[in-house]
Amino acid sequence: MKIAIVVFPGSNCDIDMYEALNTVCHAEAEYVSYRTKKLDGFDAVILPGGFSYGDYLRAGAIAQFAPVIPAIRKMAQDGKLVLGVCNGFQILTEMGLLPGALKRNNSLQFICETVKLQVKNNQIPFTTEYDQDQIIDIPIAHGEGNYYADDATLAELEKNNQIVFEYYQHNPNGSVKNIAGICNKEGNVLGMMPHPERAVEEVLGGTDGLPLFKSFLKSGVLA
Amino acid sequence: MKQAMTPEEIKEEKPYLDWSLTEHEYDYICDKLLKRLPNYTEIGLFSAMWSEHCSYKKSKPVLRLFPTKGKRVVQGPGEGAGVVDIDDGQAVVFKAESHNHPTTVEPYQGAATGVGGILRDVFSMGARPVAILDSLHFGELKNNPTMRYKMEETIRGVGDYGNCMGIPNLGGETTFDSCYNGNILLNAMCVGLMNIKDMEHGKAVGLGNSIMYVGAKTGRDGIHGATFASADFSKEHETQRSAVQVGDPFMEKLLMEACLKLILKHRDWLVGIQDMGAAGIVSSSAEMATEGNAGMKLNLDLVPQREPNMSAYEIMLSESQERMLLCVKKGHEEDVKKIFKDYNLDAVTIGRVIEGENYVLYHEGEQVCDIPVRSLTEDVLEEPSKEIKPQYIIDAEKMPAWRPSFESSGETLKRLLNQPTIANDQFITQQYDSQVRTNTIVKPGSDAGVLRIRHTKKAVAMCTDTNGRFVYLNPKIGGQRSVIESVCNIVASGAKPLAITDCLNYGDPNDPEIFWGLRESCQGIADACRIFETPVVSGNVSLYNENDGQAIYPSPMIGMVGLIKNTDYVIPMHVQEADDIVYLVGKTTADFAGSEVQKMLQGKISGLPEAPNLEVIHDYLKNLHKAMTQGLVTSAHDLSEGGLAVSLAESVFDTEFGLNINLSEFDKTLLFSETPGRLIVSVKPENKSAFESLLGSAVQEIGRVTDQRKLSIKLANDELNTDVASLEKIWKESISCLMKSKA
Repeated sequence: MKIAIVVFPGSNCDIDMYEALNTVCHAEAEYVSYRTKKLDGFDAVILPGGFSYGDYLRAGAIAQFAPVIPAIRKMAQDGKLVLGVCNGFQILTEMGLLPGALKRNNSLQFICETVKLQVKNNQIPFTTEYDQDQIIDIPIAHGEGNYYADDATLAELEKNNQIVFEYYQHNPNGSVKNIAGICNKEGNVLGMMPHPERAVEEVLGGTDGLPLFKSFLKSGVLA
Repeated sequence: MKQAMTPEEIKEEKPYLDWSLTEHEYDYICDKLLKRLPNYTEIGLFSAMWSEHCSYKKSKPVLRLFPTKGKRVVQGPGEGAGVVDIDDGQAVVFKAESHNHPTTVEPYQGAATGVGGILRDVFSMGARPVAILDSLHFGELKNNPTMRYKMEETIRGVGDYGNCMGIPNLGGETTFDSCYNGNILLNAMCVGLMNIKDMEHGKAVGLGNSIMYVGAKTGRDGIHGATFASADFSKEHETQRSAVQVGDPFMEKLLMEACLKLILKHRDWLVGIQDMGAAGIVSSSAEMATEGNAGMKLNLDLVPQREPNMSAYEIMLSESQERMLLCVKKGHEEDVKKIFKDYNLDAVTIGRVIEGENYVLYHEGEQVCDIPVRSLTEDVLEEPSKEIKPQYIIDAEKMPAWRPSFESSGETLKRLLNQPTIANDQFITQQYDSQVRTNTIVKPGSDAGVLRIRHTKKAVAMCTDTNGRFVYLNPKIGGQRSVIESVCNIVASGAKPLAITDCLNYGDPNDPEIFWGLRESCQGIADACRIFETPVVSGNVSLYNENDGQAIYPSPMIGMVGLIKNTDYVIPMHVQEADDIVYLVGKTTADFAGSEVQKMLQGKISGLPEAPNLEVIHDYLKNLHKAMTQGLVTSAHDLSEGGLAVSLAESVFDTEFGLNINLSEFDKTLLFSETPGRLIVSVKPENKSAFESLLGSAVQEIGRVTDQRKLSIKLANDELNTDVASLEKIWKESISCLMKSKA
């Protein structure tokens, strides 16, 4: 399974994703520039965290116009796996690949801490290695992670089982329905604010992010 | 453009006095250095380059006290940052810098650009910045909404810049005292990693080689920032807002990646590289030419400008952020441009290395400056300073020592945990990304931050420490104690201390008492650094920290870095298992002068802090480190503000454990003494004899870890029995409660 990690100007969790996949999971991931127009030959694409274009204007707002975007859209349409973490999630909502939007945290402050998540859907290619309703510890680090969608959209998300991760017990940013991560209807595009790539080694405080990558890599083998 | 004044008008009207250049210096420049009258541009350059911030003219004699050499020192003070060998061809590169004046005037931008500046110092050496730390000193928050606002903005400034850059903030320290009400301190430290073979220098050499300007465009922000930092604050200066720069971390991220790419992949194209920091183009270019023993010619019309009609003087002195100056081998200009263009950045040739030793500037077709380079950088008149030992210290030496008096040690502990300097600072550190780049082993909130070095077993530990109160009461002892605290923090994490950087934050050095304090405290720092074998490899001086004549406590900040050879032996701060034995390392004496308990009970500090025995402390800390590397120590925590009781409580916060401590020979007041050089450690029962035989009489067994969340301490004349949860609540909520207060 060949994985592309898109590097936008201002991406800064690209290396974390690269190391989690290549060094820890022994997968085959490589960096691709935001200028790339084709992602042929890749089975999956990851939009890492960071501050693309400085998050000026609004997080992810400028990145949606980068040259690589149409190729990402095409991968999503072709049923390939698309994962957006933190800034990557913000970009996916700006692109319209995922519904809703990410507002500033209700505290109006950037928050970096490890939070508890509950796995609400373990049936998509990113979560099969988790138990349904499993509680996991994953770090967050964001200023604009307060997920919002209108009632109709939320009803749709619930109906289609698109809510993948919820904050458990403590909602750090005020997101509606404690949403931490959602997928598209087909389940091949996942966006999440927490950073699974920061939870793959015991020495760094935990490994609850590992099953996400294992699920992801396994699904690639089967596909 | 015409010069704003003629040389004769300058001589007559003395505008340079407003730029902190004295008449004596002006005459010296005219009579001895140039042998003519300088023009407007030239005198502007002199005033910036001869400011304390750039020239260290006041502090140089003091800085010579520091030991700067050591087995592991690759590069000491003088370059962008210090470089220390950590084996295998790798080095840590670090420096700290103050941004006190800008942060006081405009906290958000002042703090943000403070971080931005120190990052450039580190990556200009060829190192990738891997961690940021800070040292923040605010006025009291209570009944002070302005200070709360300034604190919020400062934190947001530090956070926004580092978070956007994707460099983890590993913490540091925050203290509160009314002496910082009118002049807050923002010291930022950056730690970088590199392969020693990639080390760069800030030099320009080689006839015909190009001087290239890269990064953001030049605007009118920050003009005379260096001189601004070299004068006292007053009401009158409140209007000096234009001297504060504005930061753009996204630009800096691009600049960093581009510069590192150039340095690491194409070093044969590059001769030298330097950050445009204080005093902008003039300091970076003049210092590079001086370093390379070269002359330099610049055409200011080629400098990318953000605003029209800037004068030569403004272009040269602008402190616009996110800019670097390169010396590039002739013929490789286009190659370099291409690298920067990939990151959507300007890279423009603005001048050349020329024969001779002069610094020549052209603007709008006219020569606006032609002076020897060294007259700017090396011919600065060192200013001898008067010194007087302050009367309050002479008096304190004769006074009987103060001792606290209170009913209940439990209540006193609770009140102490509520003091903002002691209370948990998660309110602050949570706003910083501490894990990005996934190397952080120990996050903020511990004695030292610890970062692993990827693909090795090694890790580096780092911390910042300031002891303004002790330094105020006795500068030499205070200086020594600052270094001791850093050493204890580094050792507590399991690391061996390597070297330090410093930020010397003081008041107006023209006040003989303040200068005496500066020299004495640096002597204290130097003494301790010699004993602990931690040379000073970089640093920064920030004088004139005063507001309307009220000086801050002399507040030298020590930033220390240590090496852990095996990440298996990173030592946590919290106790780990019930029944482990708790030891107190170091002797406790009745040492209350300048302590938190004194401030809390008296409302002020007084007396003479005890002089530490540096050799003794060094010996047992070496042994403690040895015990750690042998796996004999389970947890370790430094004792600082608040003393033993506070550290014991902290060691069980965020755990499932409690402590049962027996100090039946201790007077209850000793719980809050701040004798330096102490730690508490926990050791597994099976390691007891091995541990004790290594540490000998330096340690005292004081109790056990329990699986009940209670802190019990038996004392000679009191007994403390309290549940950990209630202590933890006080400690955790103090700062956020203060920030929410309406008063």
